[in-house]
Amino acid sequence: MGQDLAIEAEQLVKHFGETVAVDGVSFVVPKGSVLGLLGPNGAGKTTTVRMMTTLTRPTSGTARVAGHDVVAEPDAVRRSMGLTGQSATVDELLTGRENLRLIGSLYGLDSRTTKRIGDGLLERFSLTEASNRVVKTYSGGMRRRLDLAVSLVATPPVLFLDEPTTGLDPRSRVELWDVLRELVADGTTLLLTTQYLEEADQLADNIVVIDRGRVIAEGTPIQLKDASGQAALVVTVSRAADLTPAIERMREAGFDLHVDEAARRITSPAEGLADVTRIAGLFEGSGIDLDDLGLQRPSLDDVFLHLTGHRADESESVA
Amino acid sequence: MTSTEEQAAGLTPHPSLERPAIRRTTLLRQSLAITRRNLIHIKRMPEMLMDVTIQPVMFVMLFAFVFGGSISVSSPQGYREWLLGGIMCQTIAFASFIVAVGLTGDIDKGIVDRMRSLPIHPAAVLVGRSISSLVHSSIGIVVMSLTGLVVGWRIRGSVIDAVLAYALLLLWGFAMIWLGILVGSTMRSVEAVNGAMFTTIFPLTFLSNAFAPTEGMGTILRTIAEWNPISALVQAVRELWGNTAAAPPDAALPLQHPVLATLIWTLGLTAVLAPLSLRAFRNRTQD
Repeated sequence: MGQDLAIEAEQLVKHFGETVAVDGVSFVVPKGSVLGLLGPNGAGKTTTVRMMTTLTRPTSGTARVAGHDVVAEPDAVRRSMGLTGQSATVDELLTGRENLRLIGSLYGLDSRTTKRIGDGLLERFSLTEASNRVVKTYSGGMRRRLDLAVSLVATPPVLFLDEPTTGLDPRSRVELWDVLRELVADGTTLLLTTQYLEEADQLADNIVVIDRGRVIAEGTPIQLKDASGQAALVVTVSRAADLTPAIERMREAGFDLHVDEAARRITSPAEGLADVTRIAGLFEGSGIDLDDLGLQRPSLDDVFLHLTGHRADESESVA
Repeated sequence: MTSTEEQAAGLTPHPSLERPAIRRTTLLRQSLAITRRNLIHIKRMPEMLMDVTIQPVMFVMLFAFVFGGSISVSSPQGYREWLLGGIMCQTIAFASFIVAVGLTGDIDKGIVDRMRSLPIHPAAVLVGRSISSLVHSSIGIVVMSLTGLVVGWRIRGSVIDAVLAYALLLLWGFAMIWLGILVGSTMRSVEAVNGAMFTTIFPLTFLSNAFAPTEGMGTILRTIAEWNPISALVQAVRELWGNTAAAPPDAALPLQHPVLATLIWTLGLTAVLAPLSLRAFRNRTQD
């Protein structure tokens, strides 16, 4: 197995009685990269994470975290990873600082180290002011941030985040994304599950799409978008008077057009970036000014619909 | 993202993360860390102690002053002194309740999962919970002893016997912890635990010699009450504190040898409940 892989899953299967929650999931996550495990509710994301973090024994298959087998060496796995579960698992009756201290002492860190690291984390997650308040008084976003801080006390090289932004308002979500990007910049490997296609798109280097316990697609966000549905070329002209000559030029060049006059926008199915270059050449020296020229790829929502035949949020009714 | 890109993106640059050495610690140290956390809960929510303070004190008052007049006991010092041992035993039996409520809450809120994702001994959560519950119950025993002294209860036996009585109470509390782990691992919510415990532990403690002598009960009921493990404990602490005469010759065997019977009961209960409860906890948390 590769030295440069932080996480490896091989044919992971989990049965709960008659129910098959995970049905042969395999993927690898190179060190320092971000994998987004994308899927609707009940797809098997949480169970997969629970198997990889030693909380649940796989029915069959193997998984390694930082090179350690999750079944044979659970303790070594627990030393190399941090987990932030789906619901914030911080202690409500403890203060933020006490939560950090508890986990630090369970890791066997001496109290001075825990305090130094804890202070750093509180600062980083903008929780210093609230650090001596009981967690019960925290907002949802603050709890989430503390939850993440607690997972980072021992600075694990691998971090598992199960739906880290569920229930957060948009602002807190973007803030959390920034923090996660910083962690990755520091060399942490991240596996995050999400139902939000946008989130996977924003953060992940690679995406594994799972539905009903199986991997149905994987690749970079761009690959996934390319694989499903065509991109669109979008041209916006600066002046309304330019719209007609622009349309003529593009028709002559063989583009199939759709025009939105009010927005001065022309769209056309496109193959890829080469088409953008062609259009740019077409308008060069023509006297037609463009406000915008770009390639619009399908959203991951479109990808999901294309892959599964149902939208990300309607799996329950289909199953 | 490389760090230059990151700085270009306007994020605050920061020194690379400190990766502290994770040290292997003992089960005891881990358990004590969890115990401390549980005790902070009591500090933040002192009303958690109501079950070992206000409630038993209320029982003492209720039985000593309201029902007590119509209950006659063989004890030379009267009902109040006789009653206290019974209420102490009921209080310690509720150790199971305390464990179950705490454990179910922790499982429910994902705290147990969080602990299990750390490199600690799998039993640390249970040991920590057990120690804090014994502390919790011990607070109750102290409160009850003080209340007893106020209403006229006295220890009339030797110091060694008195200490032995307290030791038996704690031993009983230890056996009850396993029951608590079993119930706490089986029930799905704190409300369910409350329901289950109220409908079992309460009648079980009343169907004994804790509040009224068994001699006055019907034959069947008396047999059940006298074989109730709690009765042996109650009889044992009463005798050791010098609060009652020995059981009458027609009482069931455990009451004739209450200290020995209590030791056998606690060991037997632990031998049965410990494996069951550990299995229930594993089944509950590993899937």
